[in-house]
Amino acid sequence: MSLLELHDVSMIYGSVKALQGIDLTVEKGEWLALMGPSGSGKTTLMNIIGCMDKASTGSIVLDGVDFTDVTAGNLTMLRRDKIGLVFQQFHLIPYLTAVENLMVAQYYHSMPDEQEALLALERVGLKERARHLPSQLSGGEQQRVCIARALINYPMLILADEPTGNLDETNAKLVLEFFQQLHREGHTIIMVTHDPKVAELAERCIVLEHGRIANRKDRRIVCREEEVS
Amino acid sequence: MFWEMLKGALVRQSRKMFMVALTIALGVSLTTAMLNVMLDVGDKVNRELKAYGANITVIPRAASVLRDVYGIEASSGKTGQYLQEADVGKLKTIFWANNIVAFSPLLETKATVGSDDITVVGTWFNRQLELPTGEVVATGIKELKSWWTVEGNWINDADIKGAMVGSTLARKLNLRIGDSVEVALPGGVQRETLTVQGIFNSGGAEDDQIFVTLPFVQQGLNLPGKIGKIEVSAITTPENELARKAAHDPKSLSLKEWETWYCTAYVSSIAYQIEEAVGDSRAKPVRQVAESEGTILQKTQLLMLLITGLSLAGSALGISNLLMANIMERSREFGLLKALGATDRDVLLLTLTEIMTTGLFGGIAGYFLGLGFAQIIGHNVFGTAVAINAMVIPWVIISVILITLVGSLPAMRMLLSLRPAAVLHGR
Repeated sequence: MSLLELHDVSMIYGSVKALQGIDLTVEKGEWLALMGPSGSGKTTLMNIIGCMDKASTGSIVLDGVDFTDVTAGNLTMLRRDKIGLVFQQFHLIPYLTAVENLMVAQYYHSMPDEQEALLALERVGLKERARHLPSQLSGGEQQRVCIARALINYPMLILADEPTGNLDETNAKLVLEFFQQLHREGHTIIMVTHDPKVAELAERCIVLEHGRIANRKDRRIVCREEEVS
Repeated sequence: MFWEMLKGALVRQSRKMFMVALTIALGVSLTTAMLNVMLDVGDKVNRELKAYGANITVIPRAASVLRDVYGIEASSGKTGQYLQEADVGKLKTIFWANNIVAFSPLLETKATVGSDDITVVGTWFNRQLELPTGEVVATGIKELKSWWTVEGNWINDADIKGAMVGSTLARKLNLRIGDSVEVALPGGVQRETLTVQGIFNSGGAEDDQIFVTLPFVQQGLNLPGKIGKIEVSAITTPENELARKAAHDPKSLSLKEWETWYCTAYVSSIAYQIEEAVGDSRAKPVRQVAESEGTILQKTQLLMLLITGLSLAGSALGISNLLMANIMERSREFGLLKALGATDRDVLLLTLTEIMTTGLFGGIAGYFLGLGFAQIIGHNVFGTAVAINAMVIPWVIISVILITLVGSLPAMRMLLSLRPAAVLHGR
């Protein structure tokens, strides 16, 4: 059974069709890259998969749970239990330290465990920076805290929205290496990116255009085409 | 974790939260001040309104008929009906004794000075009266007619040859302080010489009269221990339908109504109890004075309630604006919490705890600030301290909760409608 199945998903804002008839299946342990120009519907699709928005039509099944018609409260529970989110702009709580930012995710999931949070930071190479505020961390370090936070509750699916978009080359490389490691460990990753080189790291790449999936080619072909264009 | 988040949010936004606390403190301070003044203002305003003079007149029962039918004043001596001076102290034995702030017996007679007919009134000036309970109270016209402006001195009650002359009469007779005046009482053969101790201006009919000690008139008229009437100034509750019904006929009241009326300081209720205490008397409320006092008190209290309400509404508006700005500024933070799995209830709980904690500090500061304001109002308006009333505290707590919650409502609505997908992507 696939981890994620989307069937005929559409999202309409007033007269704007942000997504139209999206059919998509993601297997467990797969790394999928989502590409496309601005306004093509990548973020909208990520929000729907990440249980932060409800689709106007269509069905979505995550880990065997159909959340097409669930309430907002149940969507929150699904998101909390099954999804790990990594944002382009990091989004850390500014008045909490790195370890406390991880513990917030634990607190809303089950209960905070400082030792476990410290281990998660150690895993992303930030144990020494655990007591620093986000403002005392570099962009790369903040993004690694974000990744640690996304992983802290053992999610089934990691959604990363342009995780290297705000990073310099060195930090971007560090973060991508970490995603590769997660993939090797069997995590399922869906990553939005504009960068064909980043997409090339994924197993599969789909391109969205005007709210539709433009192609479903092998990642190398897609990425090469994107690179040429 | 909840407390770490709360602490972090409060410390990080200490300036903004200080503004919220200050807004709450200002609203609460006005509420505290107004409620304290309002609860104490009844006595204070009533004492100020003593300047309106007596609001109850006690006369002999039989004389009241003559006054009602023929217009003959009880204290003039023409009715031949008198009260006992010994009964005056009984006024302070009734249920509402503490509401009776001043009283004075009067015995009035016509007399001649030279060729002029004048009115001489015997009364108590500043009498230390021992009550049947053993308590001593100071009473007399010095207390009762506190608005009189007196040139010279008030008479000592032991000074039987002293007199206070009304300003109009003093001008007419060309009398000054220290002058002697010969007074012939009716039926009296010899003339009595009095010394002018003071000249007063009452702004009323008394300005044409001479006030002397009560024994002087009693001896002159050969009426020892007799008085014509008693003027009483009492603190009363504004009249309502029940009081008006009772004033018309107390017997028309049901038992429950009667109990309510009897145990409320209506002027009619106090008058009724005076009649019970002073034998063979009729206590008549001076309606204009009693009703004016009640109306002024009611209006003063209503004004204070309005100020309290408006200050609370103003605070709620201020808090509302500050919190809306705060939530807008922190929308990404709350969006993130929701994205991480916080329910609407979790986010509301965190935010409301932040606000209520701020409200607690603001409320405490406002309460003490308000006590200060109350004293400033007390000293500036009434020339005396305002009593601190513990009853205000629960009202202050309720108002803090109320203005904080009402002020938070728009921000809470905004918080509930906040969608993580929108705010985290800058929409």
